[in-house]
Amino acid sequence: MRRAGLALAAAALAAGVALAQERAIPPGELKSGSAFLGPDLRALQNDAFANPGMLWVERGEKLWSEPAGKKTLACASCHKDTGMRGAAATYPKIYKASGKLVNLEERINLCRTARMGAEPLRYESEELLALTAYLARQSLGLPIATRIDGAARAHFEAGHAAYHLRRGQMNLSCAHCHDAQWGKRLLSETISQGHPNAYPAYRMEWQTMGSLERRLRACLSGIRAEMLPYGSQEYLDLELYLAWRAQGLPIETPGVRR
Amino acid sequence: MRRRDFLAGAAGALALPRAALAQLDPPDPLVRALAGGAPVRKGKVTLVLPQLADNGNSVPILITVDSPMTPADHVKSIHLYSERNPVPNMANFYLGPRAGKAEINSRVRLAGSQRVTAVAKLSDGTFWYDAAPIVVTLSACLDES
Amino acid sequence: MAARIQVPRAARRGDVIEVRILIQHPMETGYRHDDVGHLIKRNVINVLSCRYAGVEVFRADLSSGISANPYVQFYTVAEASGDLEFTWVDDEGQRGSERQAIVVKG
Repeated sequence: MRRAGLALAAAALAAGVALAQERAIPPGELKSGSAFLGPDLRALQNDAFANPGMLWVERGEKLWSEPAGKKTLACASCHKDTGMRGAAATYPKIYKASGKLVNLEERINLCRTARMGAEPLRYESEELLALTAYLARQSLGLPIATRIDGAARAHFEAGHAAYHLRRGQMNLSCAHCHDAQWGKRLLSETISQGHPNAYPAYRMEWQTMGSLERRLRACLSGIRAEMLPYGSQEYLDLELYLAWRAQGLPIETPGVRR
Repeated sequence: MRRRDFLAGAAGALALPRAALAQLDPPDPLVRALAGGAPVRKGKVTLVLPQLADNGNSVPILITVDSPMTPADHVKSIHLYSERNPVPNMANFYLGPRAGKAEINSRVRLAGSQRVTAVAKLSDGTFWYDAAPIVVTLSACLDES
Repeated sequence: MAARIQVPRAARRGDVIEVRILIQHPMETGYRHDDVGHLIKRNVINVLSCRYAGVEVFRADLSSGISANPYVQFYTVAEASGDLEFTWVDDEGQRGSERQAIVVKG
């Protein structure tokens, strides 16, 4: 038993070492998307009043206390004594009851449907954006701390594969721009490292708030690849991989992006 | 696109509206209509725009007018004009002595590189203006999300 | 219509105070097309007004040239304690309002 334990430990260590070697951007060189903004948008993001994303954070705060569904419960009804600070920083994660990987959006809907008798909220709906923005804002400044062990491991591997898969008319993978060319120019813009730490974010192109999945769809559209439907397993796996890749970066939600 | 080509394009974008600039320099027809034929002089107004917009959908704009803002001498209104937007009169701001300070901050949409003009109407009936150029580039990737 | 306003809670009489407002509104330009190619109808906040203890101290005519989720910052003199009340209307006739009290000493 002890020998098996030692073998397991050695394997885990080797896997950890292998993972560390897989990081295209070492932890010390991680830069949030805000580092690639022009001065105006960076100033706007840092303006706690004028940051347009705060409109959704405020709405989320109100929704948190509003009863919804058949059981007339609000999020606050159960969560009133548990501060949600730190919660958003751990997503995506395995939902114990189902063993499935869920992101923050899905987790909110699981609460709504299973515990509140309420309808799930659509991706990109005002309510879901508001709630995810509010929750992520509670983790402002905290480092991304997702886990890829246990049942999450397979999703991490799938996310890794998805990140490195060439796709679309332009036949590019995420890695081509965000690992190999970050910091360089694409037309008038500087390519970022592609981290998820500021989502949901207010994007100027959308002139509204959007989720990380919407941003991934925008990337796919940009390289002329097929956009998968919201909630696709591939997006979830990718979200987990992106979170691992950004491990340690502080949450900045709501980000302001181009 | 190579950086050199982009910079040449950007410089060209600034140079291009020069013919239009001569028209926009008051008396521009819209400004002339505003001033009712009165002269519109450069001065007193300061319009601050970034030289290069991060994104044309939301550009920060700062307009200040040098005025004591007393009942006897104040800014009545500030008018903002674009030379390339589909709607040239972007906004009008109505102040008065209760403002204390003639300063407006807002965020505007700009449809491409252009010159933006701010005109102030004072309580003594005079008109003053400032104009500023800005380069507005397009987003790198198309987004159909 | 959701909005945030930032006004000092208190001031001395005669202080020039900074007033900021951010309104949630798409400021639909009328130049965009939807997924099937139809023009999305223009709908912008066209007038924004601020009344201080019932007297209008600021007004703005806005257009599609103002960014989505419009932001405006201006100044007013703290004259007396009272409410600063903002009202606005969009092209569809939807009205919004937000108010905050200010205490003025001296």
